[in-house]
Amino acid sequence: MNNEIRIINGLVFDPTNKVEGKVCDICIKDGKIVDKVSESALKIDAHGMAVMPGGVDIHCHITGPKVNLARKLMPEDHRLDPHFKTPYTQSGSGGIVPSTFATGYRYATLGYTTAMEAAVPPLTARHALEEMYDTPIIDNGFYVLLANNLFLQSLIAEGRKEEFKEAVAWWLNATKSYSVKLVNPGGDEPWKGHKNLNVKNIDDKSKVVDLSPRAVIDAFIDAVHELGLPHPPHIHCNNLGHTGNYDTTIETMKTAGDRRLHIAHIQFNSYAGEMGKSPKSASKEITDYVNSHENITCDVGQVMFGKAMFMTADAPLTYLLRGYKPQKWVNADTECESGCGILPFDYQGMIYTHALQWAIGLEIFLLSADPWRIVLSTDHPNGGSFMNYPMVIKLLMDYEFRKESMKHLNQKAMNSTILGELKREYTLNEICIITRAGPAKCLGLKDKGHLGVGADADITIYDILDDKEAMFNAPRYVLKAGQLLISNHEFVSDYTDKKVLRVAPEYDKSIEKVIKPFFDDFYSISFENYAINDDYLHGTGVVIESNKKNSIYEN
Amino acid sequence: MKGQLILIPGRSAKQGTALNKGKLKEEYIRVTTQLEISAEDAQEIGLETADIVKISNHVGETEVQVKVLKEGKLPVGYAFIPYGPPSSNLFDGETCGTGMPASKGMTIDVEFIKKGVKKKTALPPTTAIG
Amino acid sequence: MSAASIDNKIINEKIVENATCTFCGCCCDDITLTVDMDRKVITKAKDACVLGKSWFLNHVIEDKPIARIDGKEVTLDEAVDEAAKVLMDAKFPILYGMSDTICEAQRQCAPIMDDCGGTIDTTTSVCHGPSGMAFQGVGEPTMTLGEVKNRADFVMYWGGNPAEAHPRHFSRYAVTPQGMFTPNGKDDRTVVIVDIRHTKTAGVADIFLQVKPGKDFELLWMLRAACKGVDIPDNSKELCGVEKEVIEDLIDRMKNCKYGVIFFGMGLTMTRGRHFNSGALMALATDLNEFTHFVAKPARGHGNVTGADNVVSWQTGYPFGVNFSRGHPRFNPGEFTTVDTLSRGEADAALIIAADPVANFPKPAIKHITSDKCKLISIDTKNTPTSEAAHVSIQTSTYGINTGGTVYRMDDVPISLRPAFDSPFPSDLEVLTKLRKKVKELSKKANRPYAKSKYI
Repeated sequence: MNNEIRIINGLVFDPTNKVEGKVCDICIKDGKIVDKVSESALKIDAHGMAVMPGGVDIHCHITGPKVNLARKLMPEDHRLDPHFKTPYTQSGSGGIVPSTFATGYRYATLGYTTAMEAAVPPLTARHALEEMYDTPIIDNGFYVLLANNLFLQSLIAEGRKEEFKEAVAWWLNATKSYSVKLVNPGGDEPWKGHKNLNVKNIDDKSKVVDLSPRAVIDAFIDAVHELGLPHPPHIHCNNLGHTGNYDTTIETMKTAGDRRLHIAHIQFNSYAGEMGKSPKSASKEITDYVNSHENITCDVGQVMFGKAMFMTADAPLTYLLRGYKPQKWVNADTECESGCGILPFDYQGMIYTHALQWAIGLEIFLLSADPWRIVLSTDHPNGGSFMNYPMVIKLLMDYEFRKESMKHLNQKAMNSTILGELKREYTLNEICIITRAGPAKCLGLKDKGHLGVGADADITIYDILDDKEAMFNAPRYVLKAGQLLISNHEFVSDYTDKKVLRVAPEYDKSIEKVIKPFFDDFYSISFENYAINDDYLHGTGVVIESNKKNSIYEN
Repeated sequence: MKGQLILIPGRSAKQGTALNKGKLKEEYIRVTTQLEISAEDAQEIGLETADIVKISNHVGETEVQVKVLKEGKLPVGYAFIPYGPPSSNLFDGETCGTGMPASKGMTIDVEFIKKGVKKKTALPPTTAIG
Repeated sequence: MSAASIDNKIINEKIVENATCTFCGCCCDDITLTVDMDRKVITKAKDACVLGKSWFLNHVIEDKPIARIDGKEVTLDEAVDEAAKVLMDAKFPILYGMSDTICEAQRQCAPIMDDCGGTIDTTTSVCHGPSGMAFQGVGEPTMTLGEVKNRADFVMYWGGNPAEAHPRHFSRYAVTPQGMFTPNGKDDRTVVIVDIRHTKTAGVADIFLQVKPGKDFELLWMLRAACKGVDIPDNSKELCGVEKEVIEDLIDRMKNCKYGVIFFGMGLTMTRGRHFNSGALMALATDLNEFTHFVAKPARGHGNVTGADNVVSWQTGYPFGVNFSRGHPRFNPGEFTTVDTLSRGEADAALIIAADPVANFPKPAIKHITSDKCKLISIDTKNTPTSEAAHVSIQTSTYGINTGGTVYRMDDVPISLRPAFDSPFPSDLEVLTKLRKKVKELSKKANRPYAKSKYI
């Protein structure tokens, strides 16, 4: 394998290093971007092509126990979308929840080289790591579900702040995770323990522990800030999907004060209107807040028409949605920690709410003043498959196409938004930011999302085409860790190495003595068997260092 | 002395422990050839505990030893046997498109062959004695 | 080599704490093993049940060849080469078993069959395969076992005999443990057993229902009707063995509990109706969520059949019965499941891993797999009827005793094994990794009909 490569004549987009569409060379050696290479380096002529860092997906559901349940649930969907074997790649199944090999290959063929699994319960995190090892090429990490962890909640309720921080650090190390995920904080207990209820207000106290969702959110923001994790708490806000929920979102963001917080799939939490009635758009209120608060980052969670699959730790929400059209549904409670709900779904343009959701997502992108902090996702597969990303890009870059698309949707929904008035068109540079440079910065990944010297040589080269969907659908070249994987649109290598990104904040080992009695009483596995050993990283683990800061702009 | 019963093969603790000692060993063979029938059926067909009988259906046949249970433990008309090669002889390969053969509820003919010796099938001792 | 009796003094003793027993789906991970390192046996398995004790204590290193072809001893590499050749030469090779080994080894299996264009199936197809099929149709409200321990005040077992098949299920998870919201253990719970016969399990029942054999579906459907307020027939006892008043009382208890759970077993999957039975039960649990929090869980048998399910699902999209002949996974129970591919005489090569179809399968399947028409390859840890009948037979070390690795408990919780003593035999992982490499080499040379260049 030639490990020196020089990409010449390409139009380079590297916004992190202020290169915004300039013809220059990119040199690669030993898997990294370097200053220069020798004459014998393999040359890739990228004339007429855009050269970008590999894509970074900050929020998707692709590996782990709930993903596998959803995969098992949909044989009829897999059947329609087989993933054929090639001399370099294994076969698999596609559809809305592809099998692991297909997931890795398909992300790579879109030019993505890093994808973060958005929610995994600690008890079953081994499963997520095992699936990651079978998800070829793309680097992964995951966010560990801690908001509804009963032991941690009891520490917060008792005001034991120091021990809480140590325990959070312990949990991050024990699970080999990347950051803390909060989903519908406070919502698990009413669902499991009180005959399927939910929490409605972030200041409502739980019946079991003397604690409100806001107190939980605050405690995690504080602890993660103190630990200096590269990515702040990643939160799926309370009241997701409900009409009028935007004020919950704003209150949640206010709870952060000036400390960092990342709002997941913010579109689903941007609805105005009266509870119980038809929703309206609150994209302006939401983007005004995010635009003016540098400590907040978010991913949009764009809804795209066609097949989707709800898979979320917000189990009560999923059950509620099932009520609209009873069909196969999965609920899986995880003891002392979490739960999940799974429901196949179709977004249809003729339905008011679905069309409105689509419009709100686009409004958020178009009203965004800072593409570094409002980045692209569809919350795959909740808002639609990641295979839709090229179409999202086209909608953002092409006002005429957007206008034409709106004509075929529920007009009442279109007229209730300002989408038609937003003529902004994203530039290629801005697309590069929302799909790679921005997410990498939000995640605190210094070696990803850019093409400066020292960065990982994860590079995507696209033919520059007028039809932006076609352009982003099929990059001509994809390199990962300096290996040429895809050349002239085809896989040319069976290189499948990847890394698992994680954090390892320091903690006081004596916290284990505090945690263990809870395990002995209430868990069904031994405390000694809970923490995950290094074998599950298969030598691919990479620890990202801690670094306290209040925004993505601080160094 | 003949009769017809419906056979329910299943797991048992003795079958599980004997399995660990080895499927080719005598213990396992003994456990998996024990047919439990109800007291009512035993009387109807004319069988006693320890009798050797031939059980058969359209698939095959096998010889097993009878154990009569107290009234009420097993529904009348049914017999139970722990899983193993003897019961496999009676399984049909038809799975009705599911992959699962009819592994419980097959109708069998039961025919007395000879008197047997009553043996104790206590749980094997739980030490590593070869 | 014979093992020591517990009377002999052990000179070189090792204690393994928090070891996991993999005999049944309970995967109890609190076992303390006392190991005689000189004689390579486990002399004590503290806290293991009768099945677990026999699993640990009967394990001895046997003096046998690692690999044999037609009964003659060969090297491991020779055996692997022959196995790879057999799989590649066959027109319809199948792989079956996988449940009694670690996930790391199971992960080699689908790629092997992908490369030789064969079929992969696990023991699920003759266990809870029907429940997996029902899941695809109906979904399932479910939970991890700690939720039952902490919350369940209504526990039902349907068509299963945990007292004999999962002995510690009652004490560790579902009936007697004192949990967060069940501080009084069994006194906080109502236990209902539904079965056709009065088994040892029925001994813990507060309510025992003797359902008519083959009429589980009817009883489940009547419960669903009663749950939805539909009048059920007066002659329900005739129809399914249970009186109308009992059904109505039962559904009342289920609707009014705080957290209900139903565990179900082979009584549903192996009888008339199969996946319809499992589906009816899972649909009932779903219906009950209109009134309270209700869950269900199939009681999985072998130690790592749940792992096999998970691994094959994530690698192919389907849990069992998967064929690769056309260059991509296809799922069809009845067409690609092993009882069928053997009983119909379709498989001309069979790689059997950690399973014993020659002992347990229906007669037509046994007849075919032991005939000249099917070349049999066996990878197993003990002498079984299958390994004795095999053309290529490889003996491997035992998971949870000689090797570590991952297993999945019946509720999909992954646990890491802690081995007791090592073995001269190679692990399943080692053998299957070699086999995967060899098959890949041969398949590249054979230039099998892969998909043409563009694949999207």
